[in-house]
Amino acid sequence: MSHAPFIWGAYLIGAFVLLWCALAPLQRKKSITRDIRRLAQIEESSRDTNT
Amino acid sequence: MSTEVVSGSLSKAFFALLRRDLLLAFRRRTELLFPVIFLLVVVSLFPLGIGPGPQLLARIAPGVIWIAALLATVISLDGLFRSDFEDGTMEQFVISGHPLTLISLAKILAHWLVAGLPIVLLSPLLALWMNLPIESLGVMIVTLALGTPILSLIGSIGVGLTISLKRGGQLLSLLVFPLYVPILIIATAAVMAASDSLPYTQFLGLLTAGLVTSVTLAPFAAAAALKISLS
Amino acid sequence: MNSKTEKNSKPRKNALVMFIHKMGSPPWFYNFTGKFIPWFWAIFIVLTVWGLYMGLVIAPADYLQGESFRILYLHVPAAWMSMLIYSTMAVMGFIALVWRIRIVEILAMASAPIGAAFTIVTLVAGSLWGRPTWGTYWVWDARLTSELVLLFLYLGVIGLYNSIDEPRKAARAACLLAIVGAVNLPIIHYSVKWWNTLHQGSSISLTGGSSIDPSMLWPLLIMTIAVKFYWGANLLTRARVKLLEQDVRKAWVREALKEKN
Repeated sequence: MSHAPFIWGAYLIGAFVLLWCALAPLQRKKSITRDIRRLAQIEESSRDTNT
Repeated sequence: MSTEVVSGSLSKAFFALLRRDLLLAFRRRTELLFPVIFLLVVVSLFPLGIGPGPQLLARIAPGVIWIAALLATVISLDGLFRSDFEDGTMEQFVISGHPLTLISLAKILAHWLVAGLPIVLLSPLLALWMNLPIESLGVMIVTLALGTPILSLIGSIGVGLTISLKRGGQLLSLLVFPLYVPILIIATAAVMAASDSLPYTQFLGLLTAGLVTSVTLAPFAAAAALKISLS
Repeated sequence: MNSKTEKNSKPRKNALVMFIHKMGSPPWFYNFTGKFIPWFWAIFIVLTVWGLYMGLVIAPADYLQGESFRILYLHVPAAWMSMLIYSTMAVMGFIALVWRIRIVEILAMASAPIGAAFTIVTLVAGSLWGRPTWGTYWVWDARLTSELVLLFLYLGVIGLYNSIDEPRKAARAACLLAIVGAVNLPIIHYSVKWWNTLHQGSSISLTGGSSIDPSMLWPLLIMTIAVKFYWGANLLTRARVKLLEQDVRKAWVREALKEKN
């Protein structure tokens, strides 16, 4: 039995898990930045309407 | 009775709280039976699921009985602090000036008397159902008598942490089962050694050590957990 | 101004104390750690490429196991990380509980998913290593069983942290759980190890059988170090994002994000 698929499988799954773990916070940061930008826009527009 | 807990000496408070919790538990006598019935049902599921072959049952008997004990304990743990937490009594205990550690210990003892002791008392019946060799019955009872208090003690930490959650009970099992693994391993090893007429006292010694350690340390952790949940 | 001249009388001690104090301030922590992250990623990638090249291409096949032993270079560093991260998480949890430092709470909680990821990698790699070596995808050997229990401990911490709404209370509860788990971990580890010998007679280990040739050890060392840089980069990234999330309405967050744009 060739060991190659097991070695490949282990490393690929390992890479996938660690890649996901690394990218997840970046995804979160994107959505936070979007929220902050939206909040800032809302505040600016309310300030404009007030003045 | 709660006033006796709030004022007075430490031992008076301890026994007053113990008495109060036991009285409250016995007022709802039908609820006392739930963990007992659960225990009986779970154990009887094993022959139903695996087949009634006596030798197979005898081989897995120690593990099955102990796992059923674990499950029954976790099911009953949620009631440990919950009603006092929800109606504000727990906050009164914290303000009372009595160490929360002692209060936790009293409640854990009440819990064990109501939920853990029945497991010990029912074990001969469970042993009969699972065809546990008669030589190891004594050891089985002793491991349960030593181990179920440890389950209550360690479990109380998990309860303290999850008490403020609505669905705390489900998370509770995930939290405490890894901590129960050593107890399960050592207790079942003792019973299996006794079945094979091998020495088993070292395992009972380990369980006793575990009990002493838990009694001294777990109430502190449970009290810390309660304080966090109350904050 | 006066305090500055007074502090100059004992420069070294106060520099460290001041540094630790500064790290407690979210904007300072955010900006300071942000500089390190790209470097950590770079070092991680370089070391990993080097280590895997040495381990997968250069190192000779094992006498007993053949090629499958190469999974060692993934399995062992991941296993060591899973345990190291839990220990540091528990230590940070202790510091956070006793001194109530918010940054340490955040760092401790950010560690949990990373530790869980390494634990999963350890289990999968171990499982795939076991198939060609022992013929089965899962064996209840001491290490895999221990790692499984460790995964449950991690999931408990993550689950508890995510269940409580108030972030600081959630962190404190999960930190206490991490400490309780850490205290129990050696007991669990030894009881599982002993349980394994009890039920199997001889102890089986994935690396047992052949003595390890030095050319096989070097890649392991490189990968062990490489993976620590992954941990550093990922932990700091998660901590920074958590800070942004919790301080969303504060001015420093807007400043920090504006600077980036």
